[in-house]
Amino acid sequence: MKRIVSVIALAVMFGATSASAQTLKTVKDRGILNCGSNGSLAGFGLPDAQGKWAGLDVDLCRAVAAAVLGDDKKVKFVPLSAKDRFTALQSGEVDVLARNTTWTSSRDTQLGLNFAGVNYYDGQGFMVRKALKVNSALELGEASVCVQQGTTTELNLADYFRANKMKLKTVTFATANEAVKAYDSGRCDAYTTDASGLYAERLRLANAADHIVLPEIISKEPLGPAVRHGDDQWFDVVKWSLYAMLNAEELGITSANVGEMAKSDNPDIKRLLGSEGNYGEQLGLAKDWAVNIIKQVGNYGESFDRNVGAGSPLKIDRGLNKLWSKGGLQYAPPVR
Amino acid sequence: MSIDLRTGSPPARVPFYNDPKVRSIAYQVALCAVIVFLVYGAASNAIDNLKKANIASGFGFWNQTAGFDISQSMIAYSNLSTYGRAFWVGLCNTLLVAAIGIIFATILGFIIGIARLSKNWLVNKAASGYVETIRNIPLLLQLLFWYNAVLKALPDFRDSLSIPGGAFLNNRGLFLPEPIPQTGFSFAVMAFCAGIVVSTGYHIWARKRQEKTGQQAPVFLVSLGLIVGVPLIVFLAAGLPLGFDYPRAGKFNMAGGIEILPEFAALLFGLSIYTAAFIAEVVRAGIRAVSHGQTEAAYSLGLRAQPTLRLVVVPQAMRVIIPPLTSQYLNLTKNSTLAVAIGYPDLVQIFTGTVLNQTGQAVEVVAITMAVYLTISLATSLLMNFYNSRIALVER
Repeated sequence: MKRIVSVIALAVMFGATSASAQTLKTVKDRGILNCGSNGSLAGFGLPDAQGKWAGLDVDLCRAVAAAVLGDDKKVKFVPLSAKDRFTALQSGEVDVLARNTTWTSSRDTQLGLNFAGVNYYDGQGFMVRKALKVNSALELGEASVCVQQGTTTELNLADYFRANKMKLKTVTFATANEAVKAYDSGRCDAYTTDASGLYAERLRLANAADHIVLPEIISKEPLGPAVRHGDDQWFDVVKWSLYAMLNAEELGITSANVGEMAKSDNPDIKRLLGSEGNYGEQLGLAKDWAVNIIKQVGNYGESFDRNVGAGSPLKIDRGLNKLWSKGGLQYAPPVR
Repeated sequence: MSIDLRTGSPPARVPFYNDPKVRSIAYQVALCAVIVFLVYGAASNAIDNLKKANIASGFGFWNQTAGFDISQSMIAYSNLSTYGRAFWVGLCNTLLVAAIGIIFATILGFIIGIARLSKNWLVNKAASGYVETIRNIPLLLQLLFWYNAVLKALPDFRDSLSIPGGAFLNNRGLFLPEPIPQTGFSFAVMAFCAGIVVSTGYHIWARKRQEKTGQQAPVFLVSLGLIVGVPLIVFLAAGLPLGFDYPRAGKFNMAGGIEILPEFAALLFGLSIYTAAFIAEVVRAGIRAVSHGQTEAAYSLGLRAQPTLRLVVVPQAMRVIIPPLTSQYLNLTKNSTLAVAIGYPDLVQIFTGTVLNQTGQAVEVVAITMAVYLTISLATSLLMNFYNSRIALVER
């Protein structure tokens, strides 16, 4: 009996080598994409009352599922806290991590991750009560600030106060929910996170009108989807799913007109939609991979508008996230 | 070994592989080899996979800059300190809350446990109610109750509750005046130390005399006078050499004084109150375990109720109480990791939280943390076992 147990243990241990090498095949075989998502951030990742997930990051995962499996509903969303998100990706619990995660050099090199692009250019800000009569983050010396653990936010906060020779009392919580709740109850003078998050969280406070977001943006926060290091094929798939949405917006293809556009004579459009060349096969996907994304999820502009922009309760200005051709930073390499 | 009776010749030699001794040694060696191989295989597999996945490994992170702030630290720490320093801050915070929690839980637990044996109906039922309620509600819920329902509901710091003596209580914590010793204060400290030494000597002398002559001495009163009275007189004579740094309201927070964070207070309340319920049961069981005959025997020797309890019942009860009490202390220390839920910066929150997230080195960080809790627990039980052997019944 003992011998059998040992043999099984051995087999398990040596069989369990890194599962990262063949994510595309694994996802296709499984028939469902596991997506690490924020479970409580309006605009980025949040299930609604019916349990249907919505958000900018959620749309990215749906786009990957549409490209790989042909159906944007074949996604299992795994809500992750900031603190646990990287372990979940490293261990193979999720195939892609789209959870408003800032791309930094140490995350790229030390954590075994690759960032597949930027789906939202953000920056860190502060929210305070109007009653404090604070107009600038530089007046926050000696203040208590609530912050979420395991974020770049936590580090930027410490840097910013040190650089400006201000004292600071941080109160750190494991989840954004607890940090916001503590701020709302008066435990802290200010709450800090990415500016997009501030607008989203403000809507959840007891009395949103009593709070303002200060004008300073103290950091660069390029938020993007991450995959495991060492699986270049899967890395390409996620990267080009995002680029397909951006290229679609640039070429004027929307979920509504994608059918007509297939008849277009524009070679850029023909290549993206698969009526010319074999760019889908090159990625290891079907010919109509981009059509599926655009038809089922929409282009980047539609997704932005629906989740965080003018068509959403957040009403965040596109700002840096406009296409490069309209004065923003969003730029996708061409399909060819 | 037997001798074949029919032929009278010695038995054929047993081959060595049938010798039970050789066999058992061979099995042991084989088992050891398998275990070593399994451990080696698991370790090298983990290292391989980490390397393949481009995840950093090793303990190099220990001396890297942490870059984050911690709300409570007993040793000097800033965001320029290293991850190693952050580890020590977390460990100190864990030990602080565990040590104070153990003291509070023990005092409260003994009071409740004795109250459960009281003949007074009200006291008895109140103590039973406490035990039954508290120990049947999960600790995590109790912590959330103390933090969210009690401490966060305190007034904002601009309308702090002021406590006589210059202390303030608000939803940012309890702010106490910080005593600042001035010249002359050291005399009072010296008198205090001298008081302890002298009263210890007096105690030994009094016991010897009682053993020899049977005469009792007023040890308690004399000790009280030496340890409290004399230093107080010296303190007064030196002209009250103690100043206070009083907390005062700043623009955003209270400034000055000693600050006790609500996260710390909630964790301390939760742990102490929860563990006290279990300790109360341990104490009650321990006292019940001493047979009533012991009390009756003590009475018939002429001892009054108080010395009977102190000299006969409690020493015997302690032998029953100490082992389960030890495991309650260990529970309290381990339960302090629930700090994560309410934002108290203990070892788990800082080290397996932020440090693990930033360095990504799960294997190393979790291994270190497990080793720390193992060490704390083993040290605690070693100490308690030593105490237990001291008070064990001396058999003659």
